[in-house]
Amino acid sequence: LKTRDNLTSKIDNIVGFGRKINEELLEELEEILILADVGVNTTSAIIEGIRQKVKERKVSDASMLKELLAEEVYEILQKDVEPFALTSPMVILVVGVNGVGKTTTIGKLANLYKKEGKKVMLVAGDTFRAAAIDQLEIWAERVNCPIIKHQEGSDPASVIFDGIQAAKARGIDVLICDTAGRLHNKKNLMEELRKIRKVIDREYPEAKVETLLVLDATTGQNAIQQAKIFKEVSNITGIVLTKLDGTAKGGIIVAIKAELGIPIRYIGIGEEIEDLQVFDAKSFVSAIFE
Amino acid sequence: MAFESLSGKLQEVFKKLRGKGKLSEKDIKDAMREVKVALLEADVNFKVVKDFINAVTEKALGQEVMESLTPAQQVIKIVNEELTSLMGSTQSWLNLGNKIPAVIMMVGLQGSGKTTACGKLANLLKKQGKNPMLVACDVIRPAAIKQLQVVGSNVNVPVFTMGDKTNPVDIAKASIDYAKSHNMDVVIIDTAGRLHIDDELMEELINIKKVVNPDEILLVVDAMTGQDAVNVASSFNERLDITGVILTKLDGDTRGGAALSIKAVTQKPIKYIGTGEKLSDIEPFYPDRMASRILGMGDVLTLIEKA
Ligand SMILES: Nc1nc2c(ncn2[C@@H]2O[C@H](COP(=O)(O)OP(=O)(O)OP(=O)(O)O)[C@@H](O)[C@H]2O)c(=O)[nH]1
Ligand SMILES: Nc1nc2c(ncn2[C@@H]2O[C@H](COP(=O)(O)OP(=O)(O)OP(=O)(O)O)[C@@H](O)[C@H]2O)c(=O)[nH]1
Ligand SMILES: [Mg+2]
Ligand SMILES: [Mg+2]
Repeated sequence: LKTRDNLTSKIDNIVGFGRKINEELLEELEEILILADVGVNTTSAIIEGIRQKVKERKVSDASMLKELLAEEVYEILQKDVEPFALTSPMVILVVGVNGVGKTTTIGKLANLYKKEGKKVMLVAGDTFRAAAIDQLEIWAERVNCPIIKHQEGSDPASVIFDGIQAAKARGIDVLICDTAGRLHNKKNLMEELRKIRKVIDREYPEAKVETLLVLDATTGQNAIQQAKIFKEVSNITGIVLTKLDGTAKGGIIVAIKAELGIPIRYIGIGEEIEDLQVFDAKSFVSAIFE
Repeated sequence: MAFESLSGKLQEVFKKLRGKGKLSEKDIKDAMREVKVALLEADVNFKVVKDFINAVTEKALGQEVMESLTPAQQVIKIVNEELTSLMGSTQSWLNLGNKIPAVIMMVGLQGSGKTTACGKLANLLKKQGKNPMLVACDVIRPAAIKQLQVVGSNVNVPVFTMGDKTNPVDIAKASIDYAKSHNMDVVIIDTAGRLHIDDELMEELINIKKVVNPDEILLVVDAMTGQDAVNVASSFNERLDITGVILTKLDGDTRGGAALSIKAVTQKPIKYIGTGEKLSDIEPFYPDRMASRILGMGDVLTLIEKA
C-alpha cells in the first residue's frame, strides 16, 4: 500500500546517515506517530518504551529504531488477542458512527464467509437512512445470500428479531446485522442499540455474538471516544478499520488497543467486494515499518 | 470538561510563580506545551500546530501577559483570538453568480456526507425562494441514486438522473440543459465519494467541472477527520480549486481540529456546518465558536444563544 511506503520512507529518512538514537531522533519519531493519528498519550507511551529498550539492550545505532518501534507497536496490538473464530450459529452485529463503511463491510464479510462454505444471511437493521435497505439488498444480490428486511422507518430491534427467527428456521450459520450509523453521544440512539443487543442475547442464546465496531481510518482522536461508548453500550468484541486505501495511516487503532484492549479484526481497502483483509498485527506492523 | 482541563493545566503551570509576579519566557514555553497538546488532541495537524504555537508564543511574550494577574486566562484569551482569526470570517452564503442555472458541485471522500448536504442545501435554497434541482452523478455507490431521490422527495425538490450506466460527465452536462428548459435556477450536483489519490476519479471531477462551469465547488469533510485532513483538503483544492468547505457531523463530540487544518492549507472559507442527519440540520459557520470548540470549551456560546 502506498501509505505505508510513505511512512516507511519517512522513518528511513530520519534514521539515515549513521545517526544515533537520541532525544532529537525520538522527537522526530514522535512527530511521525502523531501524524499517523496514534495520539499524544499512546505516542508518549511508545517512545518511553523505546527509550527503555534502548537502555536495557544498550543499542544506540539509529538503524535499530525501526525494529524497536515495530516491536513496541506489535506488542500493543497483539497483547491478549485471541484469534477470531468463525463458529455456527453466530450473529455478527455491525455498529459505528455515520458513513464509516458498515454496510459495505457487511457485503464484503458475507462474501468472505460464504466462500468459506458458511450459510450467510443479512438483516437490514438500518431502517432510518434514505435507501439504506436498498443498498444492503444490492450487496445481498452481489453475494447471493438471503436478506431479511422491514419497511423504512420500522423498529430496528424487531427486524433483527425476525432475522433471528429466520436464521434459526433456515439453519443459517452466520447472521450479519446492519445498523444505522449513530454518533456515540446521541443517548436515544445508543439506547436503541442497547435494546438491539439485548434482543439478540435473549432470542438467540445458543449463538455466539460478535459485535464489530467499524472505524474509518481517516478518523482522528474522536475514535477513542467512539470505541469507549460503543463498547459500553453494545459490548464491542472487535474493530474493522476501513478506507485504509487512502493516505490515512489509521494509527488510532493502536491507541484504542492500548487504552481499551479491543482487538482489530479486519481492514477495508476499497469499495469492491474483495477489498477486505483479515487483520494481522505482524503484517500490519511490518507493512508500516519495514 | 476539556476546557477545565486546559485551563486547569495552565493554572498548574502558572501556580509555581505565584508571588513571583512576572511571567518568564520559560513560563510561557511551558504554557505553550500544554496548548500544543490540547490542539493535537483536537486533531489539528501537527505542522499547523507547530506554526501556530510559534506565532502565539511571540505574541504571548508581550508585556501585558507577563504582568497580568491572571496569566492562565490571558494566555487562553490570546490563543483563542489567534485561533479565531486563523479560522477566517463568517462566510455562510453561496456565491451563485448571475448565470442561470447556477451550479453547485459537491465533492469529497467516501461517506463524508455529500448526498445529505445536497439535500440540506436544496432545502435552504428552496426556503429562499429558489427553484433548485438535484443531479445524481454518483453511479458507483450501491443505491446512491435511490438515496438522492429519497432526499429530494423529503425536501420536495426534483432529482435529475440517467441511471447508473451513463458517464457522470454526460449526466452533468445533460442536467444543465434540462434545468434550462424546465425553469430550474440552481443545479446541485451530487458526486460519488472518492479518494484524493484516485487519479482516475479525480480526473472525472475535473471533467464535470469543465462541462458545467460551477459557481461553487464545495468540499464536504467529516469533522472527525484526523491528521490526514490536510492531505485530503489540499489535494482536492489543487485539482479543483474548490470555493468552500462544508464540515459535517459536528453534532458529535469531536473537537473538530480538522477545521483549522483545512483552513490553514487551503485558505478557503468553511461555509456551513452539518449538525445532524435531518435535512434541516445545517448551520452557518462561526469561527469563534469553532475556536472555542477546538480548545475544548465546548459549544458554550451556541448554547447561550439557543437558550
Ligand atoms: N475507499 C474506500 N471506501 C470505502 C471502504 N469501505 C466503505 N467505503 C465507502 O464509504 C462509503 C460509506 O460506506 P457505507 O458502507 O455506506 O457506510 P455506512 O457506515 O453503512 O454508512 P451509514 O449507514 O450511512 O452510517 C461508501 O461510498 C463506500 O463505498 C473502504 O475500505 N475504502
Ligand atoms: N450525525 C450526522 N450525520 C450526518 C451528517 N451529515 C451526513 N450524515 C450521515 O452520514 C452518513 C453518510 O452521509 P452521505 O450523505 O450518504 O455521505 P456521502 O458523502 O454522500 O457518501 P458516499 O456517497 O458514499 O461517498 C449518513 O448516515 C448520513 O445520515 C451530519 O451533519 N450529522
Ligand atoms: Mg449503512
Ligand atoms: Mg453520496
